[in-house]
Amino acid sequence: MRDNGKIYLGLTIFLILITFPIWYNLATGKAGYAPELEKAVKGEDCVRDSAYMSANHMDLLNEWRDQVVRDGERFELLSNGTTVERSLSNTCLDCHANKDKFCDRCHGFLGVDPYCWDCHVIPGDHTP
Amino acid sequence: MTILISFVTIVMLILLVMAGVGVGGWRVLFGTVIPYAAIATFLLGFIYRVTLWARSPVPFRIPTTCGQQKSLDWIKPSRLDNPHTGLGVVGRMALEVLFFRSLFRNTRSEVREGPRLVYSADKWLWAAGLAFHWSFLIIFLRHFKYFAEPIPAWLLTIEHLDGFFQVGLPVVLATDLIIVAALTFLFLRRVVDPRLRYISLVADHFALFLLLGVALSGVYMRYFAKTDITRVKELATGLLSFQPVVPDGIGLVFFVHLFLVSVLLAYFPFSKLMHMAGIFLSPCRNMANNNRARRHINPWNYPVKVHTYEEYEDEFRDVMKAAELPVEKD
Repeated sequence: MRDNGKIYLGLTIFLILITFPIWYNLATGKAGYAPELEKAVKGEDCVRDSAYMSANHMDLLNEWRDQVVRDGERFELLSNGTTVERSLSNTCLDCHANKDKFCDRCHGFLGVDPYCWDCHVIPGDHTP
Repeated sequence: MTILISFVTIVMLILLVMAGVGVGGWRVLFGTVIPYAAIATFLLGFIYRVTLWARSPVPFRIPTTCGQQKSLDWIKPSRLDNPHTGLGVVGRMALEVLFFRSLFRNTRSEVREGPRLVYSADKWLWAAGLAFHWSFLIIFLRHFKYFAEPIPAWLLTIEHLDGFFQVGLPVVLATDLIIVAALTFLFLRRVVDPRLRYISLVADHFALFLLLGVALSGVYMRYFAKTDITRVKELATGLLSFQPVVPDGIGLVFFVHLFLVSVLLAYFPFSKLMHMAGIFLSPCRNMANNNRARRHINPWNYPVKVHTYEEYEDEFRDVMKAAELPVEKD
């Protein structure tokens, strides 16, 4: 049976679908975009180095949550001698004050939607 | 032996990329050159294979009939198992492609005491195959979020549903567990059953190990050795917009994942994985069974020079008459 027309039509549809990101990025014109994070409003050093933080901050937050909520260990002595409270709202957001310009930049870029804010208060946001 | 060859090949590939990026520092090679080559091989190879198939003759209409054929009006036809319309074929193919309907009918034969031959339903291959293929599709679609900017909302819906149970951080995605479990089953199936072990080839085990390698390196990267995925997306969108960059801060595990995916893409068009396109071209499934309603002439029929009886008689009428042979026309 001569069905070449249908076969090539199917092949064309497949090729268009599989290369979807190329067309999509051409249409939106945002290819090569990379989010820039707002500098911390105060302090020089984070609680860990930035390479660790950018990849593993969720591990640290999880660890802190367990230590605070389950073991009651609220404070941590950093390697540089200072003591910090293990707290998202009071420590992290103290320096990285703007959630929109810090957390959400990468999370939005990568489609990550962590449920931190189901419980935690966003600083400066007073909507009930 | 076939298992060993496949396994060692995959281990060598992983060691190659680990040495190349980790020791040699060839990040541009493994981050851009090899992925580009792999994508090009995949696309061109895919087109080549399908074109080859499209050009090969299918002279006869040979659908497998698994139900009552369309007949007299008062006999109920089986529209999906013996389709006689284009729509029926689409339905049959959709069930085949999406739910592996013919594999659902899989049976196993065993010789029991007696001796007597026993047939029983065997749904394990169907279930594991379906679990693997659907998980792979969902994982594949999920990965579009690393290529598309801004991310379309429907992509995020898929991921939300995948991580429905919100276990752990980052959230455990159900398809990650299912794909590894299904691939493990599909591999063990070929090892445990002696008959299957006997007919398994390197190509069978290599494909399974390669897919398992891709899945496990992805799982390892998501849940254990995390890497800076903002940079990963920069690399991915850079690749697809033809402005390749290899940002710093991308871990070795990502290069292993990317390299295994590249190997998979390059291997795809030349392997049994091409059943992805081939299933649509199955001649026994993709044709309507209307042989008795319509006449189909083989379009590849060679133009045969025929000499009909009428012509024969015209040519030899006089001789035939002289020999007193009966003729149709005088």
